[in-house]
Amino acid sequence: MIKIWSMKKTEEAAAKKKPKTSAAQIRVQKDLTELELPSTMKTTFADPSDILNFTLTITPDEGMYKGGCFDFSFAINTNYPHEPPKVKCIPKVYHPNLDLEGNVCLNILREDWKPVLNLTSVMVGLQYLFLEPNPDDPLNKEAAEDLRRDRDAFTQNVTRTMKGGSLRGTTFDNVFKR
Amino acid sequence: MSVAVEAPPAANGASSSSPQYPDQYYYVDQILDRPGPRTDEAFSAGDPVKSFLREQCKILVIGAGGLGCEILANLALMGFKDIHVIDMDTIDISNLNRQFLFRPKDVGQPKATVAAEFIMKRVPGVKVTPYYGKIQDKDDDYYMQFNIVICGLDSVEARRWINATLVNLVDPENPESLKPLIDGGTEGFKGQSRVIFPTISSCYECSLDMLNKPTAFPICTIANTPRLPEHCIEWASVLEWPKVHADKKMDTDDPEHISWLYKVASKRAKEFKIEGVTWQLTQGVVKNIIPAIASTNAIIAASCCNEAFKIATTAAPFLNNYWMLIGTDGVYSYTFEHEKKSDCPVCGGETMDVEVGKGWTIERLIEWLTENQKIQIKKPSLSLGTKPIYFQAPPQLEESTRPNLEKKVHELIPEGGEVTVTASTLPFTLTLRLAFV
Repeated sequence: MIKIWSMKKTEEAAAKKKPKTSAAQIRVQKDLTELELPSTMKTTFADPSDILNFTLTITPDEGMYKGGCFDFSFAINTNYPHEPPKVKCIPKVYHPNLDLEGNVCLNILREDWKPVLNLTSVMVGLQYLFLEPNPDDPLNKEAAEDLRRDRDAFTQNVTRTMKGGSLRGTTFDNVFKR
Repeated sequence: MSVAVEAPPAANGASSSSPQYPDQYYYVDQILDRPGPRTDEAFSAGDPVKSFLREQCKILVIGAGGLGCEILANLALMGFKDIHVIDMDTIDISNLNRQFLFRPKDVGQPKATVAAEFIMKRVPGVKVTPYYGKIQDKDDDYYMQFNIVICGLDSVEARRWINATLVNLVDPENPESLKPLIDGGTEGFKGQSRVIFPTISSCYECSLDMLNKPTAFPICTIANTPRLPEHCIEWASVLEWPKVHADKKMDTDDPEHISWLYKVASKRAKEFKIEGVTWQLTQGVVKNIIPAIASTNAIIAASCCNEAFKIATTAAPFLNNYWMLIGTDGVYSYTFEHEKKSDCPVCGGETMDVEVGKGWTIERLIEWLTENQKIQIKKPSLSLGTKPIYFQAPPQLEESTRPNLEKKVHELIPEGGEVTVTASTLPFTLTLRLAFV
């Protein structure tokens, strides 16, 4: 058997013993503790000792979704950052890029995810969806169509549904109650 | 190389009860009985090296699928005689075209067990010990017993796990704890094999960014403008399954689940006039199956076993450290040294031994860290295993860990405990190994 050990300097060897923390866990610790979130975003941990599952609340301070509280659940698995975090929008929201089941159309959550991206990139991306809803990548086709056709009417729909109003038979969640 | 090798003596009337075929190792012995121009200085020709290979060396094969079958057969024929194999899967009928240790009667049986029995029956004198289960079921003591580990896996997750386990196993006081890891992988006509000396050379995690990202389609395309049969299948599995089945998890190994997806995807395909949704494609898309090519497996397995043989016997220099094969357009192969990443979360970073006074609080430890000229870190966050000790951010975690600042270090961390430190000023992490004085 090859004597690999002689390839290794002892002082170097002593410095390399690693703990039993998973790579995903360490990466999440690094991502989270270096988060610098603006006042419009806040994280909540149901169990502070479980850093892989949490809620992000976005409260836009401008744009047509201004003032609403939008909760997103984040679930990170042990294959992070090879795989992106799983993100769902918790309340039912009238938005071209969110469907009624809470799926989110954000490229970096699926096809454009790369391990160099981090939790900050995802959070900033989500906030951007509220500032600039994108009718070209629709998940809620009706909302996208409304936005494309008449921006003012769309804004009115947003205001109504954010208060818990209904639109075409769908009742949306009130995102103001706190 | 054209080296004339004399023909082996005729196998004259070997009785089938004999534990070994006569001259079973005739050709292998040509390499082991005398040094060659590039053998290692440590090579001891003849009996010493043969006895190590055949009587002492214990090798672990992870995966008994396409690569695993080839690897097991090669190792047994090369003269490794104490082989262990782990696989969590059972045999599917679709495996039989290339996983040649299995027969139609074996369908449904555990791969590890059937493969082990086949090898032992076919190559007398070889002991193969199977384990039908997950690699994660086994602890450090289990992995410690082997000299070499070879992986023929199809999952990134399992590779990351075994890589991290073997890196963690390295104990600077004990040379035996360093287990060479040989990793093979194939994807259609492409493949790679590599040699990893945990903590010494670039590890699997170091090269994670070289991986192709798994094919994913934009969710809006799936939802609105499907053009491919794959879009319809993704629609069924990503959007319709959770809608219809609520909290019931999709099991891609359950044929009924696949049938449901197939039915839903077909209906959508018809609606959008898309052709090509089949049951097989549905299964292929949701399980992310890449067509396996038997000959690619054979080439990659041969390379892996060749490396195992060279490392075990020192008969020739081993691969340094990454070989790739691209067989999609002709045959192209390339060897290079993948470099260690200093900020690798598994093998990078540094470990420091810290002597902590009995009376030290966590706050004192953090102060010591930030004042230490050698490390110079700002705003460190500390954790032990998966448990946060003190986090600088986000606000809720800072608040929930703040009470720990006043606690004594020894109340939260045991002697020899390893604390993971992250900070924006660190390239990745710093590990502190605590000793109380």
